[in-house]
Amino acid sequence: MRLATENLTWGVDGRAIVRDVTVEIGAGETVGLIGPNGCGKSSLLRCIAGLRAPSSGVVRHDGEDISGWDARRVAQRLAFVEQAAESDSDLRVGDVVSLGRTPFRDRWRGLSAADHAIVDAALEHVDLTGLRDRHWNTLSGGERQRAHIGRALAQRPWAILLDEPTNHLDIRHQLDLMELLASSDQTVLVALHDLAMAARYCDRLVLLSDGAVVADGTPEEVLTGERLREVYEVDACVGRDVLGHLSISYRVEAR
Amino acid sequence: MPGSASRTGGLPPVLHPAAAVDQPRTAPSGSARRAGGGWFALGAVVLPVSLAVAMVIGSGDIGFAELGRVWGGHLGLDVEPLPRLLDSLVWDLRVPRVLMAAVVGAALGVCGAVLQAVTRNALADPYLLGVAHGASTGAVLVVVLGVGGGALSVSGGALVGALGSFALLLALLGKRGLGSVRVVLTGIVIGLLFEAVTYLILMASSDADTTRAVLSWLLGSMASARWDSVAVTAIVCGVGLVVLWLHSTALDGFAFGADTAASLGIDVRRTRALLLVTTALLVSVVVASVGAIAFVGLIVPHTVRFLLGPLHRILLPASALAGAVFLVWVDALARVAFAPREVPVGVFTALVGVPIFLLVLRRRGEL
Repeated sequence: MRLATENLTWGVDGRAIVRDVTVEIGAGETVGLIGPNGCGKSSLLRCIAGLRAPSSGVVRHDGEDISGWDARRVAQRLAFVEQAAESDSDLRVGDVVSLGRTPFRDRWRGLSAADHAIVDAALEHVDLTGLRDRHWNTLSGGERQRAHIGRALAQRPWAILLDEPTNHLDIRHQLDLMELLASSDQTVLVALHDLAMAARYCDRLVLLSDGAVVADGTPEEVLTGERLREVYEVDACVGRDVLGHLSISYRVEAR
Repeated sequence: MPGSASRTGGLPPVLHPAAAVDQPRTAPSGSARRAGGGWFALGAVVLPVSLAVAMVIGSGDIGFAELGRVWGGHLGLDVEPLPRLLDSLVWDLRVPRVLMAAVVGAALGVCGAVLQAVTRNALADPYLLGVAHGASTGAVLVVVLGVGGGALSVSGGALVGALGSFALLLALLGKRGLGSVRVVLTGIVIGLLFEAVTYLILMASSDADTTRAVLSWLLGSMASARWDSVAVTAIVCGVGLVVLWLHSTALDGFAFGADTAASLGIDVRRTRALLLVTTALLVSVVVASVGAIAFVGLIVPHTVRFLLGPLHRILLPASALAGAVFLVWVDALARVAFAPREVPVGVFTALVGVPIFLLVLRRRGEL
């Protein structure tokens, strides 16, 4: 599924958080959304996911303007994983993943056999099969995050949007998650803080600063020392690590 | 997180959006939840038994045989009727009262569960929206000041007051959204406002007897239940409970907040508004019929959630059953404990309910 925005602007109380953003994400692409804290990554994701109506501009899913679409229509093709969505409810892991079937259920009936098969597969895919009967409040942060990913997978989306999904994950699960996102043929748009991780797994990076796109291209094109200095205000040195992956080192002046 | 096989090949076919799902399930899921069926079967037996027992106990010396004769007589069966006074005592007073307790208990249990989910607040109870205080203001206006000039009964006044306070709540919430905290705080403020108005009217203009009558109504009592009020309440509650149950999936989706719910295809605004209006209508009718009965809407859903889990498809009907059984027994207790004097049922819901609730919290390790 192709995702696109045209001159998208969104703000609250007259203050623009996302400014005039035009991006296009091709079907099956894995695109990383990077930028400093407060640059509008989460807001842009929410606009593209149809959770916020743009103040001006257009969001397109497969070329169609989504304004006026109901939530269910969007949810049948696109999944969104919030940053650390919490609950004090006593749901079990299996129930949380089953929530992914919500856009496809009708009011009168429970989960169908097909729904159960999908939920089982999603649990298996995020390595939570053994924990399916565990209660939410007994899970670690990483297990919760994986349950949310599993929930998104159970939605069987054509596109999946994630906001800082690697937070709370140890390095093993970070790598597994990024591997999963990069290898799937779904369209993936993922907001990330870890620039090296973004560079390694994303086909393309979109760099936001103060709500606007300042760079859009391959990791090598986007992550240059000069640009990182401008946007993040750090003295960064971009090179290769021993395995040949793009790596970024930071010089800190002693104060 | 993927197994070694999927690390190279992406998603398993069943998770692909275009794939048809035809494979049989590999593992049984939710075996723990299957226990729910047993609890329902138990409830379906316990409720009729409770109703029958509650109809027998109390003043007037009748047993199950006499109860059967009363029902049989009124259903047109060929049975020997009871003496008229006794028959009237059972059929016109006690039977509707017990049925009313069941209907009200079911409605309060479900409304509590729904409001706890909508506001994501474990402390939410059916009176959260301030309708009970609005109802008491309406009742006091009728009883003390004679508003309505005799055309309005106490129940009618209470209903008008409850709906009026809810209209005010909606007006204050306005178009700016129905966020959990906003709803809770606005509801509490409205409740406090109407509570103040109620006491102001009581203190300013009434005598001790009226005050006492109004206060006992405020604490809740089934004593005024008659067939006509039972029928109205039962119809409204029946329709309302089905509407709420049909939103079970959406209520589950609210567990992780508005954005996650919306990303699951739930129209959050519309669903929240519909659920709030439905619960407010149900609670208004209930309060108008029997007063504000505390604790049921708080204790019952939490206890059921502890036993059967938080999925609303099961939680709502189970809360209805449990609420009905609970209130039938508590009302029976309120009738006979200090007979012939009657204790307001709200007093006993707390006295009986709080120990049960503490036990549940303790078992859950939260106390």
